[in-house]
Amino acid sequence: MFDVAVIGCGVIGAAAAFELSKYQASVVVLEKENDIAMGATRANSAIIHAGYDPKPGTLMARLNVAGNAMTEQLCKDLDVPFARIGSFVLAFSEEERATVQALYERGVKNGVPGLQILSGDEVRQMDPLVSPEVVCALYAPSAGIITPWEYALAFAETAVVNGVELRRSTEVTDLKKIDGGYRIETNRGPLEARFVINAAGVQSDKIHDMAAPHAFTVIPNKGEYYVMDKSECYRAKHVLFQCPNADGKGVLITPTMDHNLLVGPNAQNISGPVNTGNTAEGMAFVRAKAAQTMPSLAYRNAIRNFAGVRANTDKDEFQIGIAAEHFIDLAGIKSPGLSSAPAIALEAVKLLNECGFAPEKKEHPVLTRRKKRFRFMSEDERQAAVRENPLYGRVICRCETVTEGEIVDAIHSPIPPCSVDGVKRRAGSGMGRCQGGFCGPRVVDILSRELNISPLSVLQDGEGSNILMSETKKEAQA
Amino acid sequence: MYDLIVVGGGPAGLAAANSAWQKGLKNILIVERDKELGGILNQCIHNGFGLHRFKEELTGPEYAARFIEMLKDTGVSVLLDTMVLEINDRHEVHVISAQNGYQVLQAKSIVLSMGCRERTRGAIGIPGERPAGVFTAGSAQRYLNLEGYMVGKRVVILGSGDIGLIMARRMTLEGAQVLACVELMPYSGGLMRNIVQCLQDWNIPLYLSHTITDIRAENGRVSHVTVHKLDENRQPIPGTNLEFDCDTVLLSVGLIPENELTRAAGIEMDPRTNGAVVYENMETSVPGIFACGNVVHVHDLVDYVSAESERAGAAAAEFVLKGQREGKALELKNGADVSYTVPQKIRADDVGKAADVFFRVRRVFKNSVIEVHDGEKLLASFKREHMAPGEMEHILLPRKILDSAQGGQITISAREA
Repeated sequence: MFDVAVIGCGVIGAAAAFELSKYQASVVVLEKENDIAMGATRANSAIIHAGYDPKPGTLMARLNVAGNAMTEQLCKDLDVPFARIGSFVLAFSEEERATVQALYERGVKNGVPGLQILSGDEVRQMDPLVSPEVVCALYAPSAGIITPWEYALAFAETAVVNGVELRRSTEVTDLKKIDGGYRIETNRGPLEARFVINAAGVQSDKIHDMAAPHAFTVIPNKGEYYVMDKSECYRAKHVLFQCPNADGKGVLITPTMDHNLLVGPNAQNISGPVNTGNTAEGMAFVRAKAAQTMPSLAYRNAIRNFAGVRANTDKDEFQIGIAAEHFIDLAGIKSPGLSSAPAIALEAVKLLNECGFAPEKKEHPVLTRRKKRFRFMSEDERQAAVRENPLYGRVICRCETVTEGEIVDAIHSPIPPCSVDGVKRRAGSGMGRCQGGFCGPRVVDILSRELNISPLSVLQDGEGSNILMSETKKEAQA
Repeated sequence: MYDLIVVGGGPAGLAAANSAWQKGLKNILIVERDKELGGILNQCIHNGFGLHRFKEELTGPEYAARFIEMLKDTGVSVLLDTMVLEINDRHEVHVISAQNGYQVLQAKSIVLSMGCRERTRGAIGIPGERPAGVFTAGSAQRYLNLEGYMVGKRVVILGSGDIGLIMARRMTLEGAQVLACVELMPYSGGLMRNIVQCLQDWNIPLYLSHTITDIRAENGRVSHVTVHKLDENRQPIPGTNLEFDCDTVLLSVGLIPENELTRAAGIEMDPRTNGAVVYENMETSVPGIFACGNVVHVHDLVDYVSAESERAGAAAAEFVLKGQREGKALELKNGADVSYTVPQKIRADDVGKAADVFFRVRRVFKNSVIEVHDGEKLLASFKREHMAPGEMEHILLPRKILDSAQGGQITISAREA
């Protein structure tokens, strides 16, 4: 019997696992997909919010501000790309000026540091391409940008290094209360754990209902985005939000840690099966809204569209707490969930303590992680990297300058990827302007070689997403 | 110190290096990121290459082999499996390879011949899910022809660029069903001969003024594609949907010159071509740095890439041996129904008998005329029976016409005769 089972390995499950891995406890993480960070964590605005948005007194407000404060040191320790570039909430009218004022006051109550209201001209001095229509803005210097899937990988990999067991492609189908814990049914057979942590994102209401009376319903909400080429990154120096209004939170424009420009999202509740497809309407909405912030924005240099699904609920609050005996919800984690993740993880440990589980700390848990990124190395570092491993001299992804060394390292990392997109999330190959057109076949080749599998078995992403269908001239050889 | 470093060992780089050697340069290096020379030709196993250049029909690898053979009789050296990371206006070339690590090489002249890449789904924003099974035509061609794998069985092709057309036939020959070729524009972007030989001969329908409006997936793989007819504003017309059950979408929606090195070197770019602005001898805005082939503007036929690149190689030799051209530059502007010109600038004093000018028209023409104007004054006209955006046009502008231009710029335009 495990001490703790964490259900779901998005950034919340991963952060919880990392926190628990500092203790003398046996922990298993169950993830239904074939890789971690496959839900909202990999498809969002990639922002660490300052924390002026949630209503004062809510968990969302407290954990957002606390999580933001923790992010910088964590990212240094775990080698996650993060930059505190600051954000603006732009007002385009006198009515919105009042909204900005209200957000400022809310932020002050929430304890957000450094907030200021700046004039339109002051904003345009700091971000020259912002619309001349902007009358003022809330400036939040503590807002930042991050690579979200890397954040989750950093937590989960370090947890695994510390002895946490990760089971991928393992979907929880039922929970049964047994003496001293739970019997967890999965598609890969049952297991038992004394405590269960529900971090199942969009599925978190279903998992909750397996152990506790119905308390909330997830209303999946889709957001669509454009990713622009690096040549467009210069357009925004800060995160450029619009005022939240009746249509939702508005569309943002932001640079990313990979020096792309990200534009989006819309917000559309989805009924029926959850899918992350883009829609013509959603994309048109994003373009129209973004034009308000930056009239000169053009989509000639767009390199990708994507959509993510938020685990919104019928409650205007994170669903965090002890929901049943030995059962803890980290559920309904919508925005600002990414920003709050490390604080939510601390909350999970606290709740376990309240349930009577208070393990000793490990003496020497691993709390750091290092990654080699050729594209960010100096000439001397590159020379040294090639000397140490010649594969660092072979560039596989030409758009992002990712070497074979990085790809092979990723394939043999603590949570080995089993797909081309898994390699992409770890090494950065295929993220660039050709979107894997050139490097895709090479990554297939390297995965096949390193994992000793047929190229026909190599996946693009999730289960069933095989890239190649058959060998040519098979009958001629036979 | 090299006389010349050629960045890229595809057809453009090979021809440029050869030509520079013939013109007397001795210390020439080709830097190629792949493990062999030849570039994209190596995966183009269909024939039709070399009709102009060699008066015979060669496959892509055969065409490349002709030039690689020629190199053997020269002293041109080659670095394979080596990536150029940076060039600059001091003619330094930063390279990295597994064998030699990080090196900074110095050259008297540089030829940029990095070729182009394919536009992707993200560049054109096709709605729908993002499963496996959506490939650029060139990636699918690589899997099929170089690696020996089929990427799908039931295929819809978006775009009628030449690679897409070639892949329609190739996939058919390998047993796949190509259900449709769908083109946004009211005309094809590919060569007429490819429309006939790769679609019509195999009864593959071509839907002009149509596009893909939705991609659906099952189990992580493409399962269905919706296609709509478009109105004059290229908006889908409700109710015109065609539905295809398929497992694969191939994209042949345009090529983009690969100029990240060029831009980073501060070389002046032309937004019309996405390539460097070049003079009559393929020299860029940085003296001693030349560019040729698809990195300058996307060609239809490799034969013309070779010819252009030989001019670039010869010009690099002239630069090293005789020095920089100093003539006053005449600017070429695109007039009515012409989308760009290459070169963009001509130093008339340095032109021998005539200057080659390449361009594309914006629409399909029958019985038309190409005109060259100096302001209001007509300098020259050239008759054409047929012109189309998918087929690059070429005129030879005699020196005396260039000399007669007074205004510092001339305009190339097209109209019905």
